Amino acid sequence: MDTHERRLLTIITEAALERALVADARRFGAHGYTVLDVRGGGMHGDREGAWEADRSIEMQVVCTTEVAERIAAHVLAQYAPNYAVSLYLSDVRVFRAQKY
Amino acid sequence: MSLDPVILFFALGALARLAKSDLRLPEALYETLSIYLLIAIGLKGGAQLAVQPLSTLWPVALAAIALSAAVPLLLYPVLRGPVRLGAADAASIAAHYGSVSVVTFAVAQGALSRAGIEPDAYLAMLVALMEAPGIVVGVLLARRGLAREGGTPTGATPRGWGALLHEVLFGKAVVLLLGGIAIGWAAGPQALAPLDPLFVGLFKGVLALFLLELGLVAGGRLQDLKRAGPRLLAFGLLAPPVLAVLGGALGLALGLSVAGVATLATLAASASYIAAPTAMRIAVPQANPSLSIGVALGVTFPFNVLVGIPIYVAAARALGG
Repeated sequence: MDTHERRLLTIITEAALERALVADARRFGAHGYTVLDVRGGGMHGDREGAWEADRSIEMQVVCTTEVAERIAAHVLAQYAPNYAVSLYLSDVRVFRAQKY
Repeated sequence: MSLDPVILFFALGALARLAKSDLRLPEALYETLSIYLLIAIGLKGGAQLAVQPLSTLWPVALAAIALSAAVPLLLYPVLRGPVRLGAADAASIAAHYGSVSVVTFAVAQGALSRAGIEPDAYLAMLVALMEAPGIVVGVLLARRGLAREGGTPTGATPRGWGALLHEVLFGKAVVLLLGGIAIGWAAGPQALAPLDPLFVGLFKGVLALFLLELGLVAGGRLQDLKRAGPRLLAFGLLAPPVLAVLGGALGLALGLSVAGVATLATLAASASYIAAPTAMRIAVPQANPSLSIGVALGVTFPFNVLVGIPIYVAAARALGG
């Protein structure tokens, strides 16, 4: 079966940003996204997700390298200075190229 | 007078957290409980409004909105000066105090009932009206302050006023409170009677569970407060009684009942931790949320439920009786 190379961009951040991130991802050309509720900690303490202001999300976007880099550059410039942000890229292989 | 068991649940939560217990309420339960409380408070107010004329309430409604907007303006210079905070943090904390705490309101209503005073119907409406103005004024203060500090108030803010107003006016607190009031008002007490076992009968028990959760959260915030220092701690203890005097005086000037005066004092003294944290996180990302939530939930909320409300109710009785 044919597979195609794509990128998986993973953004872990504060739940308050979810709506903005979804709009950004669409704007920069992502065809879809997945959001998970998560909890964890970092250099600035723990985010346990027990209530509104303490909630974190993980957003996953499978897309082309170009789109992933555009989203990442925007997230780093716009949100990373003031919000808890963790993001990374990984290589994935998809079955239907046109979907991503 | 024996202690209100609801408040003891708050203490239990805080203790469990400090003792590093593995007790943790599922997030979905917290969400469910807060939705329940907002609807129950709204319905109760709305049902009683159905049998009372609305036209007499305009002065109180406008005064409540003005009070919520005025509180951040009063607190901001104090937070900038004596408390020594930057513009973003000062404005964010000021907004939390301008907005109100629904649970503090619920505890005050309970205290009034225990004292044999029946709270007036329109008071739930005041909670809904006082959610938003303080937040909007807080955001304005932050933008002005950050511009003066040479920061980038607009550049660093992901979304504009439209998104913020949407967040504040259609946030779950305002939607459920006003929605509950509207449903209660439209349906009237008789049609609502079948819902009473859930929304009236279980109210105290649900409030107790919610306070257990708030105790857990507040206990976890004490670490943040240590970092914040004694000035912010002092602010969290001194602001509520001063604001309560302001709210109570306004209530007396408007000629409100004992319950009205005590409730307005409580609402003025309370700090939001449902609507304000989310809105401020979006509108003023430069502000450190652990400071505002730490002082609102870690200091002011326990102060109000343990010490403040009994005093506000007693004072309202002495002055209004």
